[in-house]
Amino acid sequence: MDDIQSRIIELVAKSKNLPVSDVRMDSTFEELQIDSLDKINLSFEVEEIFSIEIPDDALNSLKTVGDVVRGVETLRAAAPPNATKS
Amino acid sequence: MNRVVVTGLGCVTPIGNTVDAFRESLYAGRTGIAPFDLSTMPGALSPDPSIRFKTTAKVKGFEPTQNPEQHLSSGFILTSELGAQFGIIAARQAVAHSGLLQHYDATGIAIVTGCSCGGRAADEDANRNLYLRNARIPPTVIIRTMASSGTSNIAIETGITGPVLNIATACASGTHAIGLAFQMVRSGMAPAAITGGYEAALTYGFLRAWDSMRVVSPTSCRPFSVDRDGMTLGEGAAMMILEPLEAALARGARIYAEIVGFGMSADAHHITQPRAEGAALAMRRALEDTAHAGIVEPASRIGYINAHGTGTPTNDAVEAAAIHQTFGDLASNLPVGATKSLTGHSIGAAGAIEALATVIALDQASLPHTAGVTEIDPTFHLDVLIGEPRPLAADKDLALSNSLAFGGLNAVLAFRRYAI
Repeated sequence: MDDIQSRIIELVAKSKNLPVSDVRMDSTFEELQIDSLDKINLSFEVEEIFSIEIPDDALNSLKTVGDVVRGVETLRAAAPPNATKS
Repeated sequence: MNRVVVTGLGCVTPIGNTVDAFRESLYAGRTGIAPFDLSTMPGALSPDPSIRFKTTAKVKGFEPTQNPEQHLSSGFILTSELGAQFGIIAARQAVAHSGLLQHYDATGIAIVTGCSCGGRAADEDANRNLYLRNARIPPTVIIRTMASSGTSNIAIETGITGPVLNIATACASGTHAIGLAFQMVRSGMAPAAITGGYEAALTYGFLRAWDSMRVVSPTSCRPFSVDRDGMTLGEGAAMMILEPLEAALARGARIYAEIVGFGMSADAHHITQPRAEGAALAMRRALEDTAHAGIVEPASRIGYINAHGTGTPTNDAVEAAAIHQTFGDLASNLPVGATKSLTGHSIGAAGAIEALATVIALDQASLPHTAGVTEIDPTFHLDVLIGEPRPLAADKDLALSNSLAFGGLNAVLAFRRYAI
């Protein structure tokens, strides 16, 4: 598992108080009971950790954990590399 | 108009996180005031500025992730502040205690709370990061800082959709809240109510701000003592269930006390200096309200005043003068006590915690004493309860609970001992 994927899975698991093993790339927000407020919080943390900015339309299209991982990869590839925060 | 009784109680306080623990500490005179270390608080700046006071009254043993009786979901913890969490746990206790939701349709029940400061911890944390390093502000800050966050979450947990609101009148918030809930149930506007107050504002910035006001005791709050030197800041929550007497009797509810009157006033004078006339007016109005309920000569039946009693030189002197203005010749023989000597001053929650102490005093027919008093200020000519609890006089059945807020907003509740 690459770094972005593992960090996002850890983040989702922590935010919903779930074991990491319960969060998969194809887990949907619906099945993880991630509501709109959780999604906003998650996005905020992801933006902070990876030094990116998730556009509103991209945020609205996120439905799975994998969507978040792929979105972060795309945004980081498009932006000059920054050191991620620990 | 309905007669209104208290049929459920709940609390999270510096002297106990259940009503049983609170009652035990209240009568044992066990204080929740203890030293704190400013330098280890979140956000503390170095060097330690060395503020004038060294004690606060904090809630201990509140563990919503560990203790099943205080359980809160991780989602709720993420989006709420400590004060709101105290409020919801106190409300949960009171609701369970009373059996309210088994007997009432949740749609019409009222929830009226007092919380004045809101979620200061989230606000301070976000602003510190914002101004120091232009950091972004977490999206939870808005909902965590709302003073009504706990109120909303009590509604969410219980499914109650009736009138639901929060009052912010500084140190009188909890008393105003209970008074308004009382009026709603008395008039029939709401069939029952959950009411009280919650607050947890002991943040670094808040303590520094109070230090600048120079009203906090460098030692410990000791109301009405000749050597009193200020208030002690506290935190906590207390909630009670109000319902009509007839409904409570019909369902066989345990009745702790009756609320018989409520008085409000404003000093209309000064933002920090209290005026005795304002406090006296609120007490008089509470007594008049009591008389309107058919209780004859209520002033002569008062057997206990739970004073606002902050322990500041000014408050206690003004409150003593107000008691004399209100009760005349009766004043010097009226037992007066101050719960803040044990719980500290929890701002928006204070009135609710003191109303809880007043209800317990009437229910137990035993008046809690005021801790820490070395010698009652002789200029007050008041019968301050010290030393040990004292039985409620057999010929007295009423009690007042006073709250006199900064800004001169006064609220006074009148309770009656409920005798079967």
